[in-house]
Amino acid sequence: MSATDATRAEVCVVACADAWRGSGEILAHAVGIVPTIGARLAKLTFEPDLVLTDGDCFLMSEPPPLGRNASAGGTIESWAPFRRVFEILATGRRHSMMGASQIDRFGNQNISSIGDWRRPTRQLIGVRGAPGNTANHRVDYWVGGHSTRVFVEAVDVVSGVGNDRARAQPGGALRFHDLGVVVTDLAVLDYDAEGRLKVRSLHPGVTAAEVAESTGFAIDTGSAGTTRLPTPEELELIRTVLDPQGLRDKEVRS
Amino acid sequence: MADKTMQLSDVASHVRSGMTVGIGGWGSRRKPMALVRELLRSDATDLTVVVFGGPDVGLLCAAGKVKRLVYGFVSLDSIPLDPHFRAARESGTIATTEYDEGMFVTALRAGAARMSFLPSRAGLGSDVLAMNPELRTVASPYDDDVYVAVPGIRMDLALIHLNRADAAGNGQYLGPDPYFDDLYAMAADRCIMSVERIVPTEELTADAAPQTLLVGRMFVSGVVEAPGGAHFTSCDPDYGRDEAVQREYAEAARDPGTWAAFEQRFLAEGTR
Repeated sequence: MSATDATRAEVCVVACADAWRGSGEILAHAVGIVPTIGARLAKLTFEPDLVLTDGDCFLMSEPPPLGRNASAGGTIESWAPFRRVFEILATGRRHSMMGASQIDRFGNQNISSIGDWRRPTRQLIGVRGAPGNTANHRVDYWVGGHSTRVFVEAVDVVSGVGNDRARAQPGGALRFHDLGVVVTDLAVLDYDAEGRLKVRSLHPGVTAAEVAESTGFAIDTGSAGTTRLPTPEELELIRTVLDPQGLRDKEVRS
Repeated sequence: MADKTMQLSDVASHVRSGMTVGIGGWGSRRKPMALVRELLRSDATDLTVVVFGGPDVGLLCAAGKVKRLVYGFVSLDSIPLDPHFRAARESGTIATTEYDEGMFVTALRAGAARMSFLPSRAGLGSDVLAMNPELRTVASPYDDDVYVAVPGIRMDLALIHLNRADAAGNGQYLGPDPYFDDLYAMAADRCIMSVERIVPTEELTADAAPQTLLVGRMFVSGVVEAPGGAHFTSCDPDYGRDEAVQREYAEAARDPGTWAAFEQRFLAEGTR
């Protein structure tokens, strides 16, 4: 298995895994297939102390098959029903990678509704835990379809708090606010000193112009490197252990 | 100990228009669907519904029972968005109090503790404050932190569904997650609890750990035996979610005629 035949989805998985580098012994909260495989890959390789969940209420030392909960297998190491999750996130010992229906240049994220919230043109799921996650611990985002519909000038309902708002907050109550990276199917983005999104790396085969055209605000691509390829060991783990059914290809087309 | 058992047909007599009603469970999990059915059958309207929402919300919205919805989210889990809730929101027919999930729990805890508010870090900087302009912040007396002062929620009535209870109202959950049903019971003036099975008190702990006794009888005013009372949502370990019926429920939203037929079947308990 050679690293150069890695698919785009596999490049994304490894980019997501790298987001957990240095996280240590904290709860990995990953929403979506690619972020979930990424967190599991990180635990199997460079972050062995990471704490994984089954997506329901169990913490798993060995995760169940992808997309299933503890009733389908794996090893339960602890219990975290929803009430415990809110307690854990307030301690800060958690790190999220969530989705985003909209995201702006400062990393304000929307999953609540599109249009005027009083009478939205499209009701989404609600803010869910995004305000609390961004107020309490590091949050990254995963966007499987990088487009001007997602990367917008201004989001309709700020669910996850962006850098501009966090910095404008009086007092120290948002001192745990910590936005890390945004991994998309085209690139890995992070934030500059002013808290604005910039391109950290382009996935192999993607041009800076392509990312700029797919982003609804001006974005700095000047310092962009190339996203690393999976190692042969990582590819082996992704293909044979973590996602033998290829569910990752549902979120990222090659 | 007083016997608090009652029949499903008694439930409607405890509901009045304009009430604030909390509904336990989470998403499409352990929802008191048999009790919600009685709510639908009652003539009560203009309800304020407090909820981690699932199909209970969709059914009540579709029936025009809801004046205001107080929620952390509304989802059917295996189907991300409830079409009836979406329709109610997109037609602007319900007022909403949308909270962060953690804020919602803080509001329940404050209500249960009879506090006017509890402080929360969650919500700061987000549009939850813009969407709920009545929310205030509070300055810490100890440092320069400023928090959201989440107002306590008190409910006139809470409806919850558990696996087992005794006739006095000691409720037991046997699944993996208690959700927040104990908090609903404590934050409400009255709580009606349906269960899969009413058993003698000594049977509750005969084959289950005492930690499964989630709801104490001080917080329960009525107990209803309703086997399958959470159907088509899940009630582990008694039964999982009936995905086929949930799909029917969601798809029926596309057409008023199909929906009327589904709703009629649901009210006649014919979806089981």
